[in-house]
Amino acid sequence: MRAAIVDHPLDPTALLAEVADMGSGASTLFVGTVRRNNQGRSVTGIDYSAYEAMALREMETILREAAEKFGTEHVVVEHRLGTLALGEASIVIAVSHERRAAAMDAQRFLIEEIKLRVPIWKREHYVDGERAWVDNLGGAVSA
Amino acid sequence: MNPSVSVLVKHRVRLFASWSDALGPEAEVELPEGARVSDLLDALTNRAKTKSVKPLPRPLVAVNQRYARADVVLAADDELAIIPPVAGG
Repeated sequence: MRAAIVDHPLDPTALLAEVADMGSGASTLFVGTVRRNNQGRSVTGIDYSAYEAMALREMETILREAAEKFGTEHVVVEHRLGTLALGEASIVIAVSHERRAAAMDAQRFLIEEIKLRVPIWKREHYVDGERAWVDNLGGAVSA
Repeated sequence: MNPSVSVLVKHRVRLFASWSDALGPEAEVELPEGARVSDLLDALTNRAKTKSVKPLPRPLVAVNQRYARADVVLAADDELAIIPPVAGG
């Protein structure tokens, strides 16, 4: 199990290799990327920032919960901070498990809990030059 | 000692995202001894009202890097942070 917050581009295949295990029948890889549109506005990039110490601690807590709930220690997550361009990965989660259903359930649990609980924020940049903080419900919360 | 005079405790608070834009990345707040998370939030909300053109989203408060309920009593050496709606992933 490993969680990290980094300021460089993410390498999904490295995380997949990290969770590889002879006892696993399934590996899953989730890659969250910066998309072109949000709530009808044209996005050109996103600034990610965090309360780093707490964010890391919260991600580690979520990993432990997933390990206990789904029965695998082969779980890795990395979240990137800084300014990301369209298409770049902001988060990568890799899981391997003896069985595919549990691997996929653990994957889903991890990304949903991270989005809900980890103190990380994003400010979207739009084509018209405006910037706005957005929350995980998809709306702009404050310019 | 006059019991009607309450002791003020100075707290340093970290702020993030829209709250940091409005009040800076760190704020100092003086509250009576025994003040709770809700008192800190009220004090900072009032401060933001005088400075911020747009209303800020309602945040959570973290005490020593954990989300804290409104009735938690603050200690002088607590690490306090204002956590606006998060957006990781």
